[in-house]
Amino acid sequence: MNKIEVRNFSFFYGDFRALKNLNLPIRKNKITALIGPSGCGKSTFLRSLNRMNDTISGTRAEGEMLMDGKNIYDPDVDVVELRQRVGMVFQRPNPFPQSIFDNVAFGPRVLSTASNGDLDQIVQESLERAALWNDVKHRLTDSAFALNPGQQQRLCIARAIAVKPEVILMDEPASALDPVATLKIEELMRVLAVDYTIVVVTHNMQQAARVSHFTGFFWLGELVEFGVTSDLFSNPQKELTESYITGRRG
Amino acid sequence: MTRQQSHKLAKMLITVISALVVVPIVFVILFVFYHGVSALSWEFLTAPPTNGMTEGGIGPALLGTVILTFLTAIVAMPFGVAAAIYLAEYAGDNRLTRWVRLAIVNLAGIPSVVYGLFGLGVFVLFFGFGTSIIAGGLTLGIMTLPVVISTSEEAILSVPQHFRTVSLSLGATQWQTIRHQVLPHALPGILTGVILGLGRAAGETAPILFTVAAFYLPELPKSIFDQTMALPYHLYVIATQVPGMPLEIQYGTALVLLLIVLSLTLVATPVRTSMRRRREW
Repeated sequence: MNKIEVRNFSFFYGDFRALKNLNLPIRKNKITALIGPSGCGKSTFLRSLNRMNDTISGTRAEGEMLMDGKNIYDPDVDVVELRQRVGMVFQRPNPFPQSIFDNVAFGPRVLSTASNGDLDQIVQESLERAALWNDVKHRLTDSAFALNPGQQQRLCIARAIAVKPEVILMDEPASALDPVATLKIEELMRVLAVDYTIVVVTHNMQQAARVSHFTGFFWLGELVEFGVTSDLFSNPQKELTESYITGRRG
Repeated sequence: MTRQQSHKLAKMLITVISALVVVPIVFVILFVFYHGVSALSWEFLTAPPTNGMTEGGIGPALLGTVILTFLTAIVAMPFGVAAAIYLAEYAGDNRLTRWVRLAIVNLAGIPSVVYGLFGLGVFVLFFGFGTSIIAGGLTLGIMTLPVVISTSEEAILSVPQHFRTVSLSLGATQWQTIRHQVLPHALPGILTGVILGLGRAAGETAPILFTVAAFYLPELPKSIFDQTMALPYHLYVIATQVPGMPLEIQYGTALVLLLIVLSLTLVATPVRTSMRRRREW
């Protein structure tokens, strides 16, 4: 089942067309990986899915992104509500300069989705889901910066989960982490995919091959190839895809 | 001369010149302190001037300056911070915002006596407040606005962009983002700007000359629509308008004014550093 259906989607920075007529499905409760060289548009595409690109002036979108059948670029869509449904985890761990608890509680607090008693519950659940609860349960009031980078990134995942999103976007979530922390994040992604739809941008092809169910290959703003991950890596249909994933191009 | 020698010479010259900058400031402070410190007493700070101002204290003038400075803060802070938030967070680059920015730069360059005349025309006469604390406070507040706006805007812009991005990505509105993730971190810079602005306002004579300051008024003001004495103007009066004025009272008054302005500046520095120390990015 498709959570999001992208149809003839193009995106412009001023006159520059960063995304060219994209068509692809994002499957519900699966991990979709987007690969491609720097500047190919995969991050732009990711940020189109929660309309974070709207905050850059001079940008424009064409075409449709249907989430549960509703185009998120329709004029009557509440962007703030959309971003609650489509959460995001960034490349660098970027906790707020606040306590561990306050970081996770920020979303529920601004959305006022929880009374104070429930807030403790939500924070605990979110940290448990991000596989961080046992590391931090005795020091929730410590600064988030007391955590190591891998823990900080899991804290950011907990923070995103706390607002109960349906889709989680991840922009190279492990590229600033060491190999052990990276594997933990990947493990976590597999567990989260049971409940969430995940879209991950990555430079690391092994990572895409390891964690994702579907992979899309971007090149110069176009989607060159999209398919089941194992097929795309073992039997790419396009020559460009093959030369990129084998490292001859990129 | 070798390159190394000219390097040493330049460094030495620049160091000496920088050190020389401190000399006049220290000299003024020590000079006023030396001549004025003997006048200081609780009596001097609280009692009204008597006997044609040649005796007694500076109580009403000191109180007037405290009230005026307070009122200046009430006027300059909300308007200044609101304008800074608008410029830093909401305003794009368009004709309106270019005009607003140009106006702020020019406001900062207007001589203070012009503010005084503006206050006389607008608040004293047009709004009919008369020469009053409210007219003087508003005038000083407007004069202080540019400093508050530009320092606050700078403080807001120095908050890392990713705080905003993350906050928005969690479904916060732009206002919630500003309120919870931008302003708290910009606060030290904003407070510094406000305090420095107030320091300047507290010592200004020209803006209060036509709008609020009384030559001699031994009673304390009862409402913001009354006149009041104020330290800078009082100092001007006793330094130039009163024959046979004892030097000690003149220097004592100058010293109190200097201490008020200096203490505001000195408060601003630790406020900023202690809040800076707590931040971790």
